[in-house]
Amino acid sequence: LSRDKLDEATWEEVEDLLLTSDIGVAPTQELVERLRTRVRILGSRTPEDLRDLLREELLTLIGPDTDRTVHSLRADGAGPAVVMVVGVNGVGKTTTTGKLARVLVADGRSVVLGAADTFRAAAADQLQTWGERVGASTVRGPEGADPASVAFDAVKQAKDQGVDTALIDTAGRLHTKVGLMDELGKVKRVVEKHGPVDEVLLVLDATTGQNGMVQARVFREVVDITGIVLTKLDGTAKGGIVVAVQRELGVPVKLVGLGEGADDLAPFEPAAFVDALVGQ
Amino acid sequence: MFDTLSDRLAATFKSLRGKGRLSEQDIDATCREIRIALLEADVALPAVRQFVAAVKQRSLGAEVSQALNPAQQVVKIVNEELISILGGQTRRIRFAKRPPTVIMLAGLQGSGKTTLAGKLGHWLKGQGHSPLLVAADLQRPNAVTQLQVVGERAGVAVFAPEPGNATGRTPTDGHSGDPIKVARDSLQHARDKMYDVVVVDTAGRLGIDAELMRQAADIRDAVGPDEILFVVDAMIGQDAVATAQAFLDGVGFDGVVLTKLDGDARGGAALSVAQMTGRQVMFASNGEKLDDFDVFHPDRMASRILGM
Ligand SMILES: Nc1nc2c(ncn2[C@@H]2O[C@H](COP(=O)(O)OP(=O)(O)OP(=O)(O)O)[C@@H](O)[C@H]2O)c(=O)[nH]1
Ligand SMILES: Nc1nc2c(ncn2[C@@H]2O[C@H](COP(=O)(O)OP(=O)(O)OP(=O)(O)O)[C@@H](O)[C@H]2O)c(=O)[nH]1
Ligand SMILES: [K+]
Ligand SMILES: [Mg+2]
Ligand SMILES: [Mg+2]
Repeated sequence: LSRDKLDEATWEEVEDLLLTSDIGVAPTQELVERLRTRVRILGSRTPEDLRDLLREELLTLIGPDTDRTVHSLRADGAGPAVVMVVGVNGVGKTTTTGKLARVLVADGRSVVLGAADTFRAAAADQLQTWGERVGASTVRGPEGADPASVAFDAVKQAKDQGVDTALIDTAGRLHTKVGLMDELGKVKRVVEKHGPVDEVLLVLDATTGQNGMVQARVFREVVDITGIVLTKLDGTAKGGIVVAVQRELGVPVKLVGLGEGADDLAPFEPAAFVDALVGQ
Repeated sequence: MFDTLSDRLAATFKSLRGKGRLSEQDIDATCREIRIALLEADVALPAVRQFVAAVKQRSLGAEVSQALNPAQQVVKIVNEELISILGGQTRRIRFAKRPPTVIMLAGLQGSGKTTLAGKLGHWLKGQGHSPLLVAADLQRPNAVTQLQVVGERAGVAVFAPEPGNATGRTPTDGHSGDPIKVARDSLQHARDKMYDVVVVDTAGRLGIDAELMRQAADIRDAVGPDEILFVVDAMIGQDAVATAQAFLDGVGFDGVVLTKLDGDARGGAALSVAQMTGRQVMFASNGEKLDDFDVFHPDRMASRILGM
């Protein structure tokens, strides 16, 4: 078996590519091992073959056929769909909430935004500005109010007014803060008095390194996340941490953030994600 | 598996017990473990390479070969090298000879600039200064409102002549204002009202956004900062180097502030940025409240990166 073109430098390039995309050391080593085995079996010779194989392996890890539907609407008459947006500080929760409302409103749906971040300076104002920009009303409480009761009121208003969707924006919180994570669990439980929450979106910032995995584990534990939004993909970061997150937790990336504008939200496309990671 | 670098190295050295000194092969194996430990702590690959090469160089020398416990000796070298990169030329804020001193904040979206402005204001005030926070982010929805609230909580004055992108106004209506003018006008305001330190909060921007990077450079040129601080999230991964380099090229910076250290991210970015740009981390932000703020401690950071 000739591997004359696939020298160690080529393999190192593959490894570097994966490591610098924040895929993580262990997943990178596993991937490279699998590739080495496949190259041996298939007798691939060129760096181009290797790139194709890498693309294929990554795609398999991410799950090309996974259901990535965002459950933001219910059947007619079944009450408002409730979507909660959660994550650590500054990742893009409020912006994503605004953008998601925009998509729904553009689709002819009515939306209520719940400003359950009552802590950060001007968080409710920020959400309300988004609401006015995209055509959704905002339910807010006074600064320092109980976030669970604001969320409850938002869903109640959505119910009373026959609105299609209630989007609940929550305060950024580090997964290490027990008190704040308990508070988040409570927000969800209180909202559930109205009925089940349809979607809990964890927002992950594409620049996040290996800490993203821990974030996902803890948020899943506390509020049973159903999907991931990968934001800030318009930058140079590749967001490779979601590969391990999807594989370990089985929670699919559903949406990506591609900018600060109202229309910069898109469905997650595994093939496009892998292409951006592997390059042409 | 291996939580700390010491554990990793101890395992590597187990097979060497009884041997008097380390061979070059042993050192290579050791360096592989160090490389993995640093990558897992989110140190960026180019920084890892440089760092490991330096450690290898030193490990080949006498201090390791003659040590009773080579593993401990290597950990010591790694720790020392880390501290020297993180802490070389540690310095304080440079205050202008003729006030006001101007501190400009720059960084990626959501890194913690506006929060830091409040913390700096609070800290400066505590040191007897009379700071002014300047709302030059007219872009993010309610960034101006946020700075006003932060200033109020800190008991520090805020210069916000433009409401920016707030409720009832959109960036497309052409009235969100000119951040460069706001920054420039803040200096006169500070002189008139005797504020001696001006902290300019700017919008978050991506390294590859040429237009916004130009705007940051224009703000810089309008105020002539004594310090430009690059604000970076401790959770950032491999992108730290590309981003830091882009800010260095696009606007330049004198010091670094590492934020969100109250989480459990290992914070390898501290090493990536210090090593690749030669700029030191000056402050650490470790919480959302006003006084969750400290000068940077290189030794603590080194232990944290190494998981010790
Ligand atoms: N370039 C880029 N910027 C984004 C994206 N999503 C959000 N942002 C920006 O990131 C910053 C933080 O966004 P927010 O929506 O306030 O984040 P958050 O998670 O709600 O923050 P906290 O509530 O403070 O925890 C803002 O400047 C946003 O404009 C994205 O997809 N791309
Ligand atoms: N836990 C923690 N949160 C922080 C820290 N610093 C800032 N934050 C939070 O991070 C989020 C973003 O902070 P901002 O100050 O709005 O960040 P920014 O860089 O001004 O964001 P943009 O203006 O949108 O670019 C907010 O939720 C802050 O409360 C910190 O040290 N620890
Ligand atoms: K990207
Ligand atoms: Mg928010
Ligand atoms: Mg800001």
